[in-house]
Amino acid sequence: MGWVFMLPLVIVNLFVVLIPSVLSIVYSFTDWSGISTRARFVGLQNYTTLFRDPEFVQGLLHNILWTVFFLIVPMAMGLFGAFALSRIRRFRLLFRTLYFIPYIVASVVNASIWRSILDPDSGVGSLLHINPLGDTHLALWSVAFVNNWAWWGFLVVVFLAAMQGIDPALYEAAQMDGASPFRQFFSITLPGIRPTFAFLGLMTIIWSFLAFDYVYILTQGGPAGSTDLLSTVLYRDAFSNLQAGYSSAIGVVMALISTLVVTVYLVVRRVRKWEI
Amino acid sequence: MSVAAPARTPLQQSIGTARPDTARARRHPSAGGTVVYVILTLLAIFAVGPIVLFFFNALKSTSDYATSSLGLPRTWLWSNFATAWTQANMGAGLLNSTLIVLGTVALTCVVASLAAYAMARLEIRGSSGFMTYLLIASSLPTQMFLVPLFYMWARAGLYDSRLGLVLIYTGLFSPFATLLLRSFMIGLPREMEEAARVDGANEWRVFSQVVLPNMLPGILTIALTTALSAYNEFLFAVTMIQTSGKMPLSTTFFSFQQGFTQNYPLISAAGFIMIAPMLILFLILQRRFISGLASSGMGGM
Repeated sequence: MGWVFMLPLVIVNLFVVLIPSVLSIVYSFTDWSGISTRARFVGLQNYTTLFRDPEFVQGLLHNILWTVFFLIVPMAMGLFGAFALSRIRRFRLLFRTLYFIPYIVASVVNASIWRSILDPDSGVGSLLHINPLGDTHLALWSVAFVNNWAWWGFLVVVFLAAMQGIDPALYEAAQMDGASPFRQFFSITLPGIRPTFAFLGLMTIIWSFLAFDYVYILTQGGPAGSTDLLSTVLYRDAFSNLQAGYSSAIGVVMALISTLVVTVYLVVRRVRKWEI
Repeated sequence: MSVAAPARTPLQQSIGTARPDTARARRHPSAGGTVVYVILTLLAIFAVGPIVLFFFNALKSTSDYATSSLGLPRTWLWSNFATAWTQANMGAGLLNSTLIVLGTVALTCVVASLAAYAMARLEIRGSSGFMTYLLIASSLPTQMFLVPLFYMWARAGLYDSRLGLVLIYTGLFSPFATLLLRSFMIGLPREMEEAARVDGANEWRVFSQVVLPNMLPGILTIALTTALSAYNEFLFAVTMIQTSGKMPLSTTFFSFQQGFTQNYPLISAAGFIMIAPMLILFLILQRRFISGLASSGMGGM
């Protein structure tokens, strides 16, 4: 009887997620173009080609750099913002609201906002004599910066919520002992929000491998592939180069990476006996 | 959901200020406090400044923008909004977005509330395994199934169709909505449901007449988060909708700014038209928004 209530969810999930995911694995062993009606089974050839494909290797490297950036910059900003907000009385809700606003701005519009600010002829780029989105050394970091602008405020809100669950008596005791705010942060706050911190670290890694919008909108992977991520390489191979089989293999590798990350997390959680 | 609760009640605050003076003296509240507020204000300017500048740019003439893209408008050209509205075809985009968002929200709420009820209340075999599956399904890379989904939808006649996009969004957003509603439902008391069952009501009646009214706050939360996700979504919108008359705002705006008009004030005005409805909705209902997105720590970059 209960399954009748589950049926709509199961059906929609089956058609949108499960069947296409399984098909993706099947296609990844073929040379299917996407539009042709015939596909030849090629075994592991797509996968062996991947690691000799400079675009794929470069995309993977950029994804790793992207992950490192997002594990450091927004995490630090989010933790700092939340910790500072948790210690003030006045304007806390106002600041929280202001920090969260960029998160609700659509990625297309956000990209447009920053394209103008970073413009090499009229924006900040002209003041600093740089071309943030057009210079191969700067472009990846510029795109990550724009994505981070929309992202870090979300982390402030989530971390703040977790910090408000910490017993205030702990801070009062630490203050009696004369512990500096710096000390209090590392010995009370950070251990107190560890489940949230670990979970968002995990999701940051997973989402970093899915990043697509900002690169596609701002640079399309350019200049000269300097901002290409796995997702943009996959997209180009699937819809411009008509290599549906090959791009499916990229998708499967991306799924394997996130499965690996989740598995490591689950094992660590079990070994360390974390509670979430 | 502690996010939505006020941080400290007046009672707690008065207890806080009643601490012995020795503890307060060591804190140096004034100097440290000012530095913290200065940094917090700088961060607030970093967050909101670009949006304010974007609004100013929407009001500039092209020559005004060419000379100062980072300053105030010299003359406030409110007509830019009307021009952008027609040139970028924002009316059609807004209509399509409204249809797509409402369709997605309605379907997601129905699908998620039915499933959440079953998972929270009815003893189903395999329910915990299914929950693990939902967790995995909602963190699976969309790129993994994008390509086969595209060709499946093309074959089913759902490519370049707003209904097709609604179905995809429902599939994408319903696992998260279900998990959120399920945890909301577990916090609700069971007594009224049991009483209705004792009175001979069947599961459907219990669900529709007893459970659903109590679930409304939770449903409103998932409706808001789903609406935001669907309204802002880009990857599937740009992949699945080709005809400009069917495009939602995200791709309508995208093609306008990619197009031949490199008139940045008009692009800004069109962009501002796109974000305005969500900004207003957020400012009115921010607590519910924030509790929905933040309590779970899910949302996506």
